Amino acid sequence: MTHKKRVGLTISYIVLILISIIWLFPFFCLVLQSFRSYQSEFGGMVNYLVPKHFSLDSYKFLFSEGCQFTRWYANTFIIACFVSVLQTLVIIFVSYALSRMRFAGRRLLMNIWLVLGMFPGFLTMICLYFLLKQLGLTQGGAVPGLILIYVASSGMGYYVCKGYFDTMPKALDEAARIDGATRFQILYQMIIPLSKPIIIYTMLVSFMAPWCDFVFASYVAFGKSDSYNVAVALQRWVWTNDYQGYFTRFCAGGILVAVPVTLLFMFLQKYYVEGVTGGAVKG
Amino acid sequence: MKEKNTIGMQIAGFFKWIGADLKDIGTTFAGGDFRTRISYIIMGFGQLLRGQWVRGLSMLACEAGLLYFIFGFGMQYLKDFGTLGTSGRGFNPDGTVSYGDNSFFILLYSLLSIFAILALILLWRINLYQNKEAQHLLAMGKRLPSNGQDLHSLLDHNFDKTLLALPCLGIFVFTVLPIFFMICVAFTNYDYNHQPPSQLFTWVGLENFRNLFSTGGEGYGSTFFTVLTWTLVWSFFATFLNYFLGMAVAILINQKGIKFKKLWRTILVMTIAVPQFVSLLYVGKMFAADGLVNSYLIKWGLISRAIPFWTNPLYSRILIIVINLWVGIPYIMLIATGLLMNIPEDLYESAKIDGANAFQMFFSITLPYMLFVTGPFLLTQFIGNLNNFNVIFLLTQGKPQSMNLKGGAGYTDLLVTWLYKMTVNDTNYKTAAVIGIMVFIVTAVISLVVYNVLPSVKDEEGFQ
Repeated sequence: MTHKKRVGLTISYIVLILISIIWLFPFFCLVLQSFRSYQSEFGGMVNYLVPKHFSLDSYKFLFSEGCQFTRWYANTFIIACFVSVLQTLVIIFVSYALSRMRFAGRRLLMNIWLVLGMFPGFLTMICLYFLLKQLGLTQGGAVPGLILIYVASSGMGYYVCKGYFDTMPKALDEAARIDGATRFQILYQMIIPLSKPIIIYTMLVSFMAPWCDFVFASYVAFGKSDSYNVAVALQRWVWTNDYQGYFTRFCAGGILVAVPVTLLFMFLQKYYVEGVTGGAVKG
Repeated sequence: MKEKNTIGMQIAGFFKWIGADLKDIGTTFAGGDFRTRISYIIMGFGQLLRGQWVRGLSMLACEAGLLYFIFGFGMQYLKDFGTLGTSGRGFNPDGTVSYGDNSFFILLYSLLSIFAILALILLWRINLYQNKEAQHLLAMGKRLPSNGQDLHSLLDHNFDKTLLALPCLGIFVFTVLPIFFMICVAFTNYDYNHQPPSQLFTWVGLENFRNLFSTGGEGYGSTFFTVLTWTLVWSFFATFLNYFLGMAVAILINQKGIKFKKLWRTILVMTIAVPQFVSLLYVGKMFAADGLVNSYLIKWGLISRAIPFWTNPLYSRILIIVINLWVGIPYIMLIATGLLMNIPEDLYESAKIDGANAFQMFFSITLPYMLFVTGPFLLTQFIGNLNNFNVIFLLTQGKPQSMNLKGGAGYTDLLVTWLYKMTVNDTNYKTAAVIGIMVFIVTAVISLVVYNVLPSVKDEEGFQ
């Protein structure tokens, strides 16, 4: 190895280590602050990072009688599971129809959906709220209401999955049809088993999305803390209850949310990378 | 010139199609037997008499259902569509409650009825077509598809209809209908002073649009242009800074001789994995006046007073773009890593032989290739950033606000976050609807323009 190359590599390593520190630093702080003692120190924002006393106060509070954290956690988990399964089914159905079948109005349908996608999602918020209210799915019924909303329009997010289906040779379909398979059998017995990576990607992405949604969730669950999801509840802790020392509790709650989701993501990272790369190239 | 021509031809083609369709309806009636002719009024009649009761019954059920909906339910609202109601909820002279009209429901259910009428016309047309086909097949001496075949075809060559029925219904009810509703609201005076059922709202024409653009008096003009400019500036930096720096990081990790490639990538990917409301809310707090960053800078004696990261317009704008790098670089890095590996190695080899250095190779091989492949992706990223609600809202909620900006807008507000505030804080639905339409127009214009100049769209063969 030449001298020049060695210097180059050393600089690269230094830059990479710096980048890693920058990227991990906030998470490091988050963990440290979640262990700050609530009893002997203030629970809000303080001007030092390392707690003087490590304790599990904030975590204990989350699971205490007066705190609905477990309820919020369960809400979010239920929403995420339902959305993950249903949304993936819808996307597979739509992608299969648009990718493998040719029918009158196919182009038109795709163009209409493209145009609809250009409207900002929050535009329709009040109208959706009233529609849900008519169905009795706001406030107390916010959990099924949110599932309905997330799943209902998910057909428009078919791009990545359709792109994947498009790459499978059409000859496979034709061979199966000559052997007498129906379209349904082709989808069920051939396409789905062959698309494991993209199905896992879709499930992962749609599982993670509801954990982050707080805008619509807070609007639909308005004033009914039983129906909050974690994002709504923790965001309220930071913004409105901050002065009462809820900051460390937010950190603890954040950790409890982030750890399982992050582990799941890391575990399925390979599929995620495949999905986003494929999606990006096809546009 | 060429563009105009094709649009003109499309319009002409559309009218030709309508004409041919009307003519077909006429000839079907003229040449139809009594089953077909009665089907013009009682949908599904011909199909039933010809033994296709699956088709016949579903047609009949659709007609009955839609007619019942339109006349039994929709008409009471549709008749008030022109005024959106005349009397709100109040009290009769004798002291009892008079329920009056509700503009919201009049508008919503009128739209629904209009869509129901369109659906009825479409079904009616399909019904005629089915009758014509059946008659034609019988005249040729062929057998009609049996009920079993009809049902079976829903899993076979009509499988697309089975698959798309529910997704399309969902999109219609929860996307199309609300969007049409809000487009209509943009032409009404629906705001905090006009909240049904007690106060009705009504049509006001283009007043809201005029109000948004006018710079004097009550108009939102100057605020709108400030927010629009920042939205575009933000989108530009958020897209291209992330893109180039993300690519740089990917190249850095991809270098030959760097070890633990997977580790570096995994560290970066943490920001994608951790839900944004946790990471961004926390990072936002780190830079608050009493946050960690300011506390330590003061403690170390580097500054004497807290830096107003979130209260100074310029600082907060720059900081948002920087924090967005933290969010966005890993994402681009993942994509770029996959793509960089696709660049044929011999391109670099031959460049090296020609004496090119690393920078020359980057600008003449890597960058053109990446731009070509990711052109459409950059467009979707740009559009996504125009509507990047989470990053802005979790970090600043659009603050800092100022007396110079109207409608609760702040200096870091994007059009979408402003729209959100209009809806939730001010219940100023009419202006929110107009802003929504503006976002749509901006998105559509940018997409159309960029799409027409993208090399990968024009020249699909390049780099292959």
